[in-house]
Amino acid sequence: MARNPQDYKGTLKPTWCPGCGDFGVLTALFQAFARLDLDPNNIAVVSGIGCSSRLPGFVSTYGIHGLHGRALPLGQGVKLANPNLEVIVTGGDGDAFAIGGGHFPHAARRNIDLTYIVMDNRIYGLTKGQVAPTSSLDFRTVSSPYGNFEAPVKPVVWALASGATFVARGFSAKAGELAEILTKAIAHKGFAFIDVLSPCITFNRTDTFKYFQERVVPLPEGYQPNDRIHALQLIEQEGDRLHLGILYQEDKPTFNDWLKTLEVVAGRSTPQELVLRQR
Amino acid sequence: MEKVDLVVRIGGESGEGIISAGEILTMACARAGFNVFTFRSYPAEVRGGHCMFQMRAANFPIFSASDEVHILVALNQEAYDRHYRQLRKGGILIFDPAETQPHSRDDLLLYAAPFKDLTTNQVQAPQTKNIVVLGAIAELFLMPMDKLQEIIREKFGRKGQAILEKDLFALQVGADYAREHVQKKDPHQLGRGEGKHRLVLSGNMAITLGALIAGCRFFAKYPITPATDILETMMVEMPKLGGVSLQVEDEISALAMVIGASFAGKKAMTATSGPGLSLMTELIGLAAMTELPAVIVDVQRGGPATGIPTKTEQGDLFASVFGGHGDAPRVVLAPCTVEDCFYQTIRAFNLAERTQGPVLVLSDQALAQRFETMSIPDFSQIQLEDRLVIAQEDSQTYQRYRITDSGVSPMGIPGMPGAYIARGLEHDGGGLPNYEPMLHEQMQEKRFRKLNLVLDNSPLNLERWGDPTAQIGIISWGSTEGTIREAVEQCGDIPLDVLMVKLINPLPTAAIAEFLKGKKKVIVPEVNYHAQFTHLLRTEFLFNPIPLRIYGGRPFLATEIISKVKEVA
Repeated sequence: MARNPQDYKGTLKPTWCPGCGDFGVLTALFQAFARLDLDPNNIAVVSGIGCSSRLPGFVSTYGIHGLHGRALPLGQGVKLANPNLEVIVTGGDGDAFAIGGGHFPHAARRNIDLTYIVMDNRIYGLTKGQVAPTSSLDFRTVSSPYGNFEAPVKPVVWALASGATFVARGFSAKAGELAEILTKAIAHKGFAFIDVLSPCITFNRTDTFKYFQERVVPLPEGYQPNDRIHALQLIEQEGDRLHLGILYQEDKPTFNDWLKTLEVVAGRSTPQELVLRQR
Repeated sequence: MEKVDLVVRIGGESGEGIISAGEILTMACARAGFNVFTFRSYPAEVRGGHCMFQMRAANFPIFSASDEVHILVALNQEAYDRHYRQLRKGGILIFDPAETQPHSRDDLLLYAAPFKDLTTNQVQAPQTKNIVVLGAIAELFLMPMDKLQEIIREKFGRKGQAILEKDLFALQVGADYAREHVQKKDPHQLGRGEGKHRLVLSGNMAITLGALIAGCRFFAKYPITPATDILETMMVEMPKLGGVSLQVEDEISALAMVIGASFAGKKAMTATSGPGLSLMTELIGLAAMTELPAVIVDVQRGGPATGIPTKTEQGDLFASVFGGHGDAPRVVLAPCTVEDCFYQTIRAFNLAERTQGPVLVLSDQALAQRFETMSIPDFSQIQLEDRLVIAQEDSQTYQRYRITDSGVSPMGIPGMPGAYIARGLEHDGGGLPNYEPMLHEQMQEKRFRKLNLVLDNSPLNLERWGDPTAQIGIISWGSTEGTIREAVEQCGDIPLDVLMVKLINPLPTAAIAEFLKGKKKVIVPEVNYHAQFTHLLRTEFLFNPIPLRIYGGRPFLATEIISKVKEVA
């Protein structure tokens, strides 16, 4: 019997503010799990710290709710240790691109087979409203009282430039579409990155549901997600619009594939043999 | 059997192959049946600067590289100027008159050989000067020429026949010159040792192999001197065991990956030096909080900040025992010898599994990069432990962090029933966030209770020797042991009782208290400015230790310990 989305619901009720964008992401994730009929004991949902990093608490699967910025290395360790697990890494834009920014390009170029969902609300929510790495120029917050001087990080551009083999953008208000993207991302063999526009209704009065709804557009008719340069061009030239969908996908050996080939190249030995060789 | 004990020091310019020559000589002497012990000193830069390798070979057990040198090979003036004082009375100086002008001492035996000229004009391969030198000293002191050839074949064979032949020829040229032109005036002859099969390992190699024997199948690391060769060996060997080894973007990522891999059920380790340990401290807390086994090797070097990457220090004790925010239980082990590195690393994995938490192993540059002989391990006697995993039938009712008498709670492993969230937030038995004062107290107690499981009567916790009734005691830790042994032997008629503590956290307080009984004076030698171990002992015991500190980036000399003993006696 196939599983349904309810099977992945944890015992804990989400602590997010009513109306938070992250609810849409959680719903979409449950749907994706059910569509792929994954065994909850075979899933690990790994996060850092932040409002969205609370997500592993709301699922019935295995998971790690770790340290701020360290979701990706924790998740990569899980996947490398047991490639049979389905590893989902989640978190916010601060976790991903500020404190954890040193890990992001390396996870992408390492092409470990996991899915990284960033809930991008362009603000620090958990600490009550400070400027974030994806905040717009001139954005005023309690920690940028005279406006934001620093140009925002462009998550999908960074992912594309770092060699991610699956890059997509979703919107938490479109949970159905997002569930489809997530299903494909989880099924993708390699590092899958999804930047999900997920508004903070409490601390960000600028990048609201309405703001995104007025700007999101589908990918151009006939768009083929197989050209990295094309994807970069589309995003760099989108102006005030925000394209939703799978921007890029590439079939490439994963890090675990590489490890398998190493075992053949290196040959077999035992630890005892390695010790006795030191004579 | 006549006692043979020979100490050779080679000094010269970094990049001349001095370390390489020293290693070849060491391996050859070990294969010829001698106990060996080495010491090296080199600059952090790849080329330029002064470089020194010292090897001691003896046909009886030795514990240090020795303060005094029998034979100094000075390949340039700086080498002579730096090291001639360490030559014992009547010692032998081997030098190239074109490079070195001996002065200041008239008691030395001088053996001159034109190494540069021989290399350039006879061998005609400038990079073989180190091998010409080896040939000369092997001839002069009856060192095992056949073993030298054997090691050179193994080391250079894969570089191609032409290079190998040049090196073997260089060895011959050096030997021929010494035989024909140097008149031997000293009695030193190494000859053959007892020929027992033994391993020759560096401290880093011993740690690497200990980890693999212990079942380590996940290793992640960022390169850092003097721990880097652990990574290099792991990268070569791990695929042969079906494990995973990788170099990552920083030390934070390395320990985070180790914790992730441990969560997924693998025995996992990272290795670093002080700067990396500083970056890892937050994650040590995460391993403690999520109760996941993790082994962290810290090969200490001169600090703080970047400090002196290639010199030794025992300056990370505070960082290991107390590092990080909050109260995070962890086990800290400190091996004393190369052999100890092997067994303490195995113990580190066992204790990590037993206590479901982080275990640190404190080595240091002097221990990591010296070679020592050790007996071949009896693999059948090595016991491995595995973490407590939930029984399948309990998977519905179990609570991952259930409070138990021992503090240890059975865990689920992803892929099997028993899903839970490993959480860095304070949590209840089920793993759900909980900030109630009483719960936090109970959970802190549960996590710390597990440390009691380490205080077993393992012989690896500490080592005591000497005269138990002596009024003067020496307590120390880590790689100072060898020098202390040499010093105690030379102290002759002064009764001494020695305790080497290898379990640094939690301290084996009962055994230390027993040791302190009846002691009038207790000397605590350690290689750091702050007398860190002395401070740690004072937190547990009301006594007046006598700190003996050196902090210049080198190991102790036996004479320094002897004079302290004589001073307090």
